[in-house]
Amino acid sequence: MSTPVTTSTPAPARTAIPAHQRGLGGRLLAAVLTPGGAVFVLAAVLLVATIQANPNFGDPGVIMLFLGRTAPIAIAAIGQYYVIVSGEFDLSMGAVIGTQVVLAGNMIGEDPDKVVPVTVLMLLVGAAVGFANGVLTTLLKVPSFIVTLGMMLALGGLVSYLTGGAATGNPVDEFREIGRGRFENVPVLEFLPYPLIILVVLAIAATLLMRRPFGRNLLAVGDNPESAERSGTSVWWLKTRAFMISSLAASVSGILLVGYAGVHPSVGDGYEFTAITAVVLGGVLLGGGRGWVLSAAAGAIALELLFTLLTVKEVESTWRDTVQGVIIIVAVAVAARGWQAGRRPRGSARRAPSTRIPTTPTPGTTNGDN
Amino acid sequence: MRSRLQPLTSTGIVVAVLVLSLVVGAILTAVEGRNFLSSGNIDAVLTGCSILGLIAIGQTLVILVGSLDLSVPFVVSLTSVVAAGQMAGEPANVVPAVLLALGIAAVIGLANGLVVSFLKVHGFIATLGMGLIISGYLGSNYQGSHGLAPRSFRLIDATQIGPVPLTFLIMLGCALLAIVMLRRTRLGHHLYAVGGSPEVARLSGIRTSVPVIAAHVLCSVLAAVAGLLLLSRLSVGSPTIGSQGDYDLMSIAAVVLGGTLLAGGKGNIVGTLAGVAIFAVLDNVMGVMQVNPFLKDVIRGLVIVAAVAVYAGREIDRRPARFDRPTGLDAVLQETK
Repeated sequence: MSTPVTTSTPAPARTAIPAHQRGLGGRLLAAVLTPGGAVFVLAAVLLVATIQANPNFGDPGVIMLFLGRTAPIAIAAIGQYYVIVSGEFDLSMGAVIGTQVVLAGNMIGEDPDKVVPVTVLMLLVGAAVGFANGVLTTLLKVPSFIVTLGMMLALGGLVSYLTGGAATGNPVDEFREIGRGRFENVPVLEFLPYPLIILVVLAIAATLLMRRPFGRNLLAVGDNPESAERSGTSVWWLKTRAFMISSLAASVSGILLVGYAGVHPSVGDGYEFTAITAVVLGGVLLGGGRGWVLSAAAGAIALELLFTLLTVKEVESTWRDTVQGVIIIVAVAVAARGWQAGRRPRGSARRAPSTRIPTTPTPGTTNGDN
Repeated sequence: MRSRLQPLTSTGIVVAVLVLSLVVGAILTAVEGRNFLSSGNIDAVLTGCSILGLIAIGQTLVILVGSLDLSVPFVVSLTSVVAAGQMAGEPANVVPAVLLALGIAAVIGLANGLVVSFLKVHGFIATLGMGLIISGYLGSNYQGSHGLAPRSFRLIDATQIGPVPLTFLIMLGCALLAIVMLRRTRLGHHLYAVGGSPEVARLSGIRTSVPVIAAHVLCSVLAAVAGLLLLSRLSVGSPTIGSQGDYDLMSIAAVVLGGTLLAGGKGNIVGTLAGVAIFAVLDNVMGVMQVNPFLKDVIRGLVIVAAVAVYAGREIDRRPARFDRPTGLDAVLQETK
């Protein structure tokens, strides 16, 4: 049959999940060995390498500046994670960011009183875009790649048409403060940029959300939509909510980016691919069902650290693309191995690793259509 | 309603959408006081088809086998600058330059295929990475236009047979070869099998890596042909010509518009060509009506989603009935098996 059979065994009296059999140290080690954990090691290695190349980077203030600058892309990656883990794509992120930036520039203007209502409006627009993406994908059964590509063209084109493709409008400084402001005189860290605080709050919220039934069901839907549907999950509403989260995350990124960049409709161009790269670098499986939300954020930070390292090492900026390309292929190749190893308990002869001995496949095991 | 009357294949629907867009296009063009079917305009539409058509044929093969190719725009740019540099305006250099360009593209496709099939990297990431690698190389070594195509090579773009440009015939020839390959050869059947379910194909005794690699190599080579045709049109190589055309996303959109399942295993070249033609007609009509270039994107986006939505729903609904009497290409496939 066409239904992919997942790795469900007829449950031969399991005592505990193998990953839980070891002590805390062993479990941490096992976690680091999965792609979702390895990205934290990768980020740490890149941080050390960057500090070694440029000792100034070890200064808390510089790191805080870096994290503040990275927050928008990390938030976008968290949003993209929800869509990818449910087995879909969101290519409309960059266009949403452009839309929000232009909305902020033109509707807030020089009036500080409008900051709150317009921000609410922007979030509503973000949610509406996500809702449209989700409904078109789930109810009209159009592949999300196409829906969000269409949304990217339509929304991006509309915004460029309305603005003439040039930067227009300038929001008041109060609004820009969200993206560029900071708490001064913080012990040890020197200062705390607002974007970093927003990132931390959103990351905690995202982690908690993935532990809620919503998150669990989302993983189940990404792993096997058919079995999730048959066990009573409302697949369309789950995926639609994932798209809404993604567009809302893009909107927050847009709000933060207003503080750094000008109000230009093309400010978000390419964000969707950067976000997808970050998510995949975080070990999240394209095709859904596997991955940790914080790894996606760590993937974004690792990616930005990589760019910083390349700048510090004075690699010609034109070669950066090449290095980025090599790194993501290698990272994902390693991750693909990692998930395969991680899916089957080691040292257990219950299931033959079908990848190692391709001539003797065991019924009931697949190595996933990633 | 239509499906109740008679089982219409998705290719049938795409062709119907194409005919509809041709009629609407002709009417809109007539309203502007121009003749849609004038030889000049037909030439423009067919030329518009040929480049995206070549890339979309390759993309169809890659999508059928269950992968994706996002590196095509950079392959297009790379072949255009490399071939132009090699030709350097000398007619004697044309053949080596073309062979060099096709060879480089084949190596890139081979690398893509090997990474996808042996390193188990998703095609999306493997080719995104490959695209970035090539883009870095292009950015570092080529600023602005490069090289020069001799007059004999530029003739390829200028030649017309009746109202049909030669570039369109080249595209059509490649399409025919691809159709024959998919319908009549072992490789073509394996391509569908692996795209439908790699695991089942493997258990049936197919070496699954071969079709994946072959599809990627063919896709890159077809992108190189597109790059060479662009070179013959522009007469100089340009390192940004591919990314300007958005050929990666537009070719995927054309393939899906043509009724090929993005997950692989189902679809055909004829549908893709119809999808490409819909885009070409749309662009042509919008050009005649002088639509704002930004609004063009809006319309393109809406048309893509709307056109796919027309049949995407029933496509999925029909899937359980795959053991029914097969239609169209599926019938051919089953008979030859």
